[in-house]
Amino acid sequence: MSLKIVVLAKQVPDTRNVGPDAMTPQGTINRAALPAVFNPEDLNALEQALRLKDQFPGSTITVLTMGLPKSAEVIREALYRGADCGYVITDRSLGGADTLATSYTLAQAVKKVGDYDIILGGRQAIDGDTAQVGPQIAEKLGLTQVTYAEEILSLDEKARKVVIRRHIDGGVETVEAPLPLVVTVNGSAAPCRPRNAKRIMKFKNATAVAERAPEAAEKYAALIAKKPYLDIPQWGAADIDADPTQIGKAGSPTNVKAVKNIVFKAKESRTLTASDADVEGLIKELLDEKIIG
Amino acid sequence: MNNVFVYCEIEGTTVVDVSLELLSKGRKLANTLGVQLECICAGKGLDGIEKQVFPYGVDKVHVFDAEGLFPYTTNPHAALVVNLFKEEQPQICLLGATVIGRDLGPRISSAMHSGLTADCTELEIDSFEMSIGGVKKAYENQLCQIRPAFGGNIVATIVNPEHRPQMATVREGVMKKEIVDPNYKGEVIKHDVAKYVPETEYVVKVLERHVEKAKHNLKGAPIVVAGGYGMGSKENFDMLFELAKELHAEVGASRAAVDAGFVDHDRQIGQTGVTVRPKVYRPRSSDQRYR
Ligand SMILES: Cc1cc2nc3c(=O)[nH]c(=O)nc-3n(C[C@H](O)[C@H](O)[C@H](O)COP(=O)(O)OP(=O)(O)OC[C@H]3O[C@@H](n4cnc5c(N)ncnc54)[C@H](O)[C@@H]3O)c2cc1C
Ligand SMILES: Cc1cc2nc3c(=O)[nH]c(=O)nc-3n(C[C@H](O)[C@H](O)[C@H](O)COP(=O)(O)OP(=O)(O)OC[C@H]3O[C@@H](n4cnc5c(N)ncnc54)[C@H](O)[C@@H]3O)c2cc1C
Repeated sequence: MSLKIVVLAKQVPDTRNVGPDAMTPQGTINRAALPAVFNPEDLNALEQALRLKDQFPGSTITVLTMGLPKSAEVIREALYRGADCGYVITDRSLGGADTLATSYTLAQAVKKVGDYDIILGGRQAIDGDTAQVGPQIAEKLGLTQVTYAEEILSLDEKARKVVIRRHIDGGVETVEAPLPLVVTVNGSAAPCRPRNAKRIMKFKNATAVAERAPEAAEKYAALIAKKPYLDIPQWGAADIDADPTQIGKAGSPTNVKAVKNIVFKAKESRTLTASDADVEGLIKELLDEKIIG
Repeated sequence: MNNVFVYCEIEGTTVVDVSLELLSKGRKLANTLGVQLECICAGKGLDGIEKQVFPYGVDKVHVFDAEGLFPYTTNPHAALVVNLFKEEQPQICLLGATVIGRDLGPRISSAMHSGLTADCTELEIDSFEMSIGGVKKAYENQLCQIRPAFGGNIVATIVNPEHRPQMATVREGVMKKEIVDPNYKGEVIKHDVAKYVPETEYVVKVLERHVEKAKHNLKGAPIVVAGGYGMGSKENFDMLFELAKELHAEVGASRAAVDAGFVDHDRQIGQTGVTVRPKVYRPRSSDQRYR
């Protein structure tokens, strides 16, 4: 018995380290100025997928990413860690998408993959930080969802049911849900296993068409003729039958009216030294104002 | 029609704080717009639930009371909200940026094909001109959804003038809970749940559920003593706990201090942690200076 697993993975700017040029004047991320990484919680999702594959040999893991051509890096990374294949969804017309347009695009891509038992994604991406895409995809595919998942405890293929432990506000709960479904995985889930050295050797030269320099086309064609797995398949908007009015900026109900850089302002701020006089003065003042005491 | 709606989150039979905070905000937005404030309460054993929300100025409470509606699962709650919205055509819908609000909100936004802005820190009504898809138009009385990004260094104002409802989530502690009138009376509408939620939507079973009351009162504390990574160790953080005890204060921490394991995650303050609104906030770094 085997499962068809889809993993959604986003390449994100490393927002843990941002400078003043992180945003463009139009309010979109200046993706060129920030190092790009595998969205952390998507790695947790990949690990849950790999565990299912360990448990149900013969299962396949298909990774989908929507982004710039260089987001094929995410597919390679997933291949190094044990995914079977992946698609890069890239097209000028897809840029500027809000969560609704992103989820429409990814839902179309999942339909194109066709056969699936479980769709795993991260809880949220560290750039947009919304956690909205998973539930929106589930709604668009007519599936149920389990968000904030910490562990897939068991999966019963015959009964087509899965038992999952998930984080809730102030606690945890265990739920039973039917397959197929969408699961978004929380950062508190098991970390992803490391890359496998043999798989790195096998896939390190895998590329998507959009990544290849045009003058090297022949070299790649020869390589891929010998080793077809070195071609990372790529889809544009037309390949996934996307309705042009539902993708990219055009398909996004939200609009950025203004973007502002702000400097944090306290209502009043003072710097004191560690001298006894200053400390005493502060304490006296706080007591006088009846703030403490 | 075209009123302001708040989805009230219910733990057991109690409306949670973030929902009451949103009712207060919703009341103000409704006043500005000259419309009514309505809310949705879905759960089980909700007799008298309206008493919890009326003081915040609710004009209409939609009650959905049925066995399968507590504990919360996604599909039934999404179905009742979406089907109600198709009838009521709200112009604004607010939800808590909680686990439930972030599970439910996007599901509703997808079904209604409307925009949803996450983790807003301010919500305002404004009129403006804007060009969408190359066509410049004047838009009146729109919801401006203000949200920070990148650790708060950047703040964006998001609008969705062409789609309804305008949806936003807000974290607990961001808006202020304010009673309008303890005797405020609105209308209670008890809905036939089966009419809104087909039997086939009850697909997820909660097998086990464990919720703990918060161990501290950080979000409500008038004084917060906060430490950062500069504190250097768990032991040094104990000094802050001592100081806090003397001041009848609570201890908060920055993300870096939490990541370093100096304190528990539930004491993290800010965008990714607890939102506090104290009278005094004393961040304390390692250099012994007060800020
Ligand atoms: C503080 C702040 C808050 C904001 N809040 C909101 C908000 O609430 N709603 C909102 O819509 N916007 C918001 N924005 C604006 C947002 O940055 C963008 O305007 C827009 O939503 C698209 O996001 P992006 O910057 O990630 O754009 P993009 O870089 O265009 O990315 C959007 C998506 O498209 C993909 N993508 C980009 N190029 C391609 C391509 N060639 N092929 C395939 N896929 C591609 C990306 O991987 C990503 O998934 C906010 C901005 C700031 C600064
Ligand atoms: C600062 C900022 C604020 C924003 N705020 C909003 C907002 O409030 N509302 C709004 O509608 N849009 C907002 N946007 C736009 C939003 O970031 C993009 O639409 C983005 O394409 C998807 O949203 P997310 O990054 O929040 O993903 P999330 O919803 O947080 O992602 C959840 C999971 O979905 C999967 N996933 C998401 N995107 C992709 C992808 N491109 N490829 C593969 N898998 C993916 C991953 O598994 C991911 O872990 C904002 C953008 C910025 C830059």
